[in-house]
Amino acid sequence: MLKTEYANNILTAYIDGEIDHDSAVKIRTQVDGAAQSLKPRLLCLDFSGVSFMDSSGIGLVMGRYRQMKLIGGALRVVNIPDRMYRLFAMSGIEGLGVLR
Amino acid sequence: MNTVNEMSLSFPSKSCNEAFARSAVSAFIMNLDPTINELSDIKTAVSEAVTNCIVHGYRRVGGTIYIKGKITDTGKVIIKIRDKGCGIEDVSKAMEPLYTTAPEEERAGLGFAVMQSFCDKVRVKSKVGSGTTVTLEKTIAPHNA
Repeated sequence: MLKTEYANNILTAYIDGEIDHDSAVKIRTQVDGAAQSLKPRLLCLDFSGVSFMDSSGIGLVMGRYRQMKLIGGALRVVNIPDRMYRLFAMSGIEGLGVLR
Repeated sequence: MNTVNEMSLSFPSKSCNEAFARSAVSAFIMNLDPTINELSDIKTAVSEAVTNCIVHGYRRVGGTIYIKGKITDTGKVIIKIRDKGCGIEDVSKAMEPLYTTAPEEERAGLGFAVMQSFCDKVRVKSKVGSGTTVTLEKTIAPHNA
């Protein structure tokens, strides 16, 4: 469901499959665990492997944004499939400048 | 407008059933030959409604979630998602985008906004102490292969 990679102070999490309320809890635990121990400068969430998401995906991104701020790092969300972009647009998350 | 197909299902309010519910509903509407986007819209709206039952309706207690589906001869899909949970005190407040009573669970407060945006029509009937019924309606446009 999740593969992480760490290089040059950047932690990349490749999210795979479906993001809903159920899976978001598991993804969050894994990503936060890695971020807490590595304290990266940048957390990069790669959505290219996401096949479905509901608003739990937005909660997941907003939560990681806050977590990264707490440890003095930044967040970036990359490779959002077109079909899911509408959810991000609705959330106002675009204004945070984390989407690529 | 005649009903051409119907289904009903019930399952316990476990979060692993969110995926089951949206998959079951998408299987139900499959013979309308929806586009990937139409299918994804309905799956997303159902996922939001079922998650609401689990996170809010049956918060801490658990219970049974009921789904009824109907397809009419005009291609309209009607999905009713019901819980017998705590109910919503102020439905219009609950439907405001970004309003949530579960921020500690990282809920974005977008559930109803997503349902409204992804469906043609959303109706919410709720009574404190007896539960909530959300009715989603979406017409699947006929298209020629």
